[in-house]
Amino acid sequence: MEINKKIAKRWSRMGPRAVYGKVMATIAKENDDVLLMSADLGRSSGLASFYQNHPERFVNVGIAEQNMIGVAAGMTRVDYKVYASTFAPFASMRAAEQVRMNMGYMHEPVKLVALGSGLAMGFLGNSHFGLEDVAVMKTIPDLTIISPADCIELDKVMNATLNYDHPVYIRLTGTVNSPIVYEDDYDFEIGKPNWIIEKGLINVIAMGTTVGQAKQAVDRLNAEGYNIGLLNMHTIKPFNKEIVLDGIKASKQLFIFEEHTKVGGLVSSIYELLIEENITSVDVVTKSLPDQYLETGEYEYLISLYGLDGESIYNQMKENIERMSNAQAST
Amino acid sequence: MKKNHLEVSRDIRKIIIDRAYSCGQPAHLGGALSMVDLLTVLYEDFLRFDSSNPLCIDRDIFILSKGHTVLGYFATLFYYDYFSEEVFDTFQQNGSKLIAHPIKNLKYGIESSNGSLGQGISYAAGMALAYKKKSLPNKVYVMMGDGECNEGSVWEAAQFAAEFKLNNLVAIVDQNGFRNDGATAYSDVLHLAKMWGSFGWNVIEVNGHDHLEIHKAYTLAAMNDDKPTVVVANTIKGKGISLMENNNDWHHNRITKSSYDQFIGELMGNNNGN
Repeated sequence: MEINKKIAKRWSRMGPRAVYGKVMATIAKENDDVLLMSADLGRSSGLASFYQNHPERFVNVGIAEQNMIGVAAGMTRVDYKVYASTFAPFASMRAAEQVRMNMGYMHEPVKLVALGSGLAMGFLGNSHFGLEDVAVMKTIPDLTIISPADCIELDKVMNATLNYDHPVYIRLTGTVNSPIVYEDDYDFEIGKPNWIIEKGLINVIAMGTTVGQAKQAVDRLNAEGYNIGLLNMHTIKPFNKEIVLDGIKASKQLFIFEEHTKVGGLVSSIYELLIEENITSVDVVTKSLPDQYLETGEYEYLISLYGLDGESIYNQMKENIERMSNAQAST
Repeated sequence: MKKNHLEVSRDIRKIIIDRAYSCGQPAHLGGALSMVDLLTVLYEDFLRFDSSNPLCIDRDIFILSKGHTVLGYFATLFYYDYFSEEVFDTFQQNGSKLIAHPIKNLKYGIESSNGSLGQGISYAAGMALAYKKKSLPNKVYVMMGDGECNEGSVWEAAQFAAEFKLNNLVAIVDQNGFRNDGATAYSDVLHLAKMWGSFGWNVIEVNGHDHLEIHKAYTLAAMNDDKPTVVVANTIKGKGISLMENNNDWHHNRITKSSYDQFIGELMGNNNGN
């Protein structure tokens, strides 16, 4: 597929859920063995047109997420390529043990698509937020966890996972008008995070649509004369230690942003790495969601409230960069 | 000369007792023994399989959802030459792949990993739906326990299989009346066969030790054209060993040398297994 500014803009306006449906419709046209499954959220995940064009390859299992995982695994056994989707907490927590048995233990390469993760559910509230999904899914051996940075990368992820013979949890964050990260074609490889902005002495690591929010902040700061790198951690597991370590070792100051509870997410993985490698020389600043039930409201309101929109990220970075340089100046 | 079905069941029960004794560990005996006749008729007369070519694509699928009774399943697979004596000797030994629950191993005829109850039926239903969509003739059989039917996910799958008219799916409920801590509530308060019927399944209730009744039930299941079938089989937990029958102490227990001799004597002295 050709990637250009126009498509990036259009897809950003549509948001990840609608783009998911659109991308899968294209993939299904060229691949007879692709089958989509939903736990009664087909219309909420942009799959209505997919259903119209390929009714025989769309299965609504009903409001039964546990059953959905088992059915998806069984169909995978008979050579279907199954993308099963529902909202993030139902995919990752309601059906966690089914994911563990079917996708983990039996290694059936189901692609489990978690819609509206992070705070994207807005007014629907904490029952629907994907606050802990990375933490829960991370504990399942051999499960790959991917979170695309924007809708262009979502397309890359769906195509890359098509013939990827491993179970995958695909975490979609953000909502309509999510920030654009990619406007041109690029190489996407599962397990190989990309430096979107070349690494410097100050670096940022983020996952999901938080990458785009961070990019807005980094672009502003770099325009002010800083030299800050940005790593898109699209694959959270397997965790690419080499690339992350390389970034950490280059850094005097490291920022990590995630739309996920601070318990067990990206920040936690990177802290574990810092301890394993005994790295204390880098100043680490993180922002995750607090370990509590959160306020509800419009998505933009929420990410601003919790310090994860471009503006808040800019302010936190500016403040901490100045703190660092003041500390250095005083020594 | 080919053995008759009663002899097959007897031999499989003997293999169960042999292994339970020789492994030196407690094993889930009651539920392993209660399903033997259901497995015998299935493997003898209905399930299409070839243990010399275990991956053949036109095989039928058997899923042991009540995974803890795996010894009865392993004994059956061993009887039909899926693996050697040497492999079976590793049963419940340190580091073995043949443990107290099935671990998927297609070469050995083990189609899925189980142990967490209530999950096998979803996996089986997924395979059944895929075969139907591909217009393939493969059938899928899934063995469950009555205690297992406590799990809510069983009923998610039951609704799904009925809605999608999975007439190539046969659930077998080994209704031996017990779960880990004692009797199930399916004898008085609740009625399993009616529950499955109300979920839109074709229900056939049988004596799960009567080979003719079982044979008839599997035959009817294969003829049904728009519903999944459940064979609710009334069985005796620990069937074949009088000390174990309806005695839940043998849900999970170890066999000593003296009781081993007694059990084998009883099995081999009683040719009809009934």
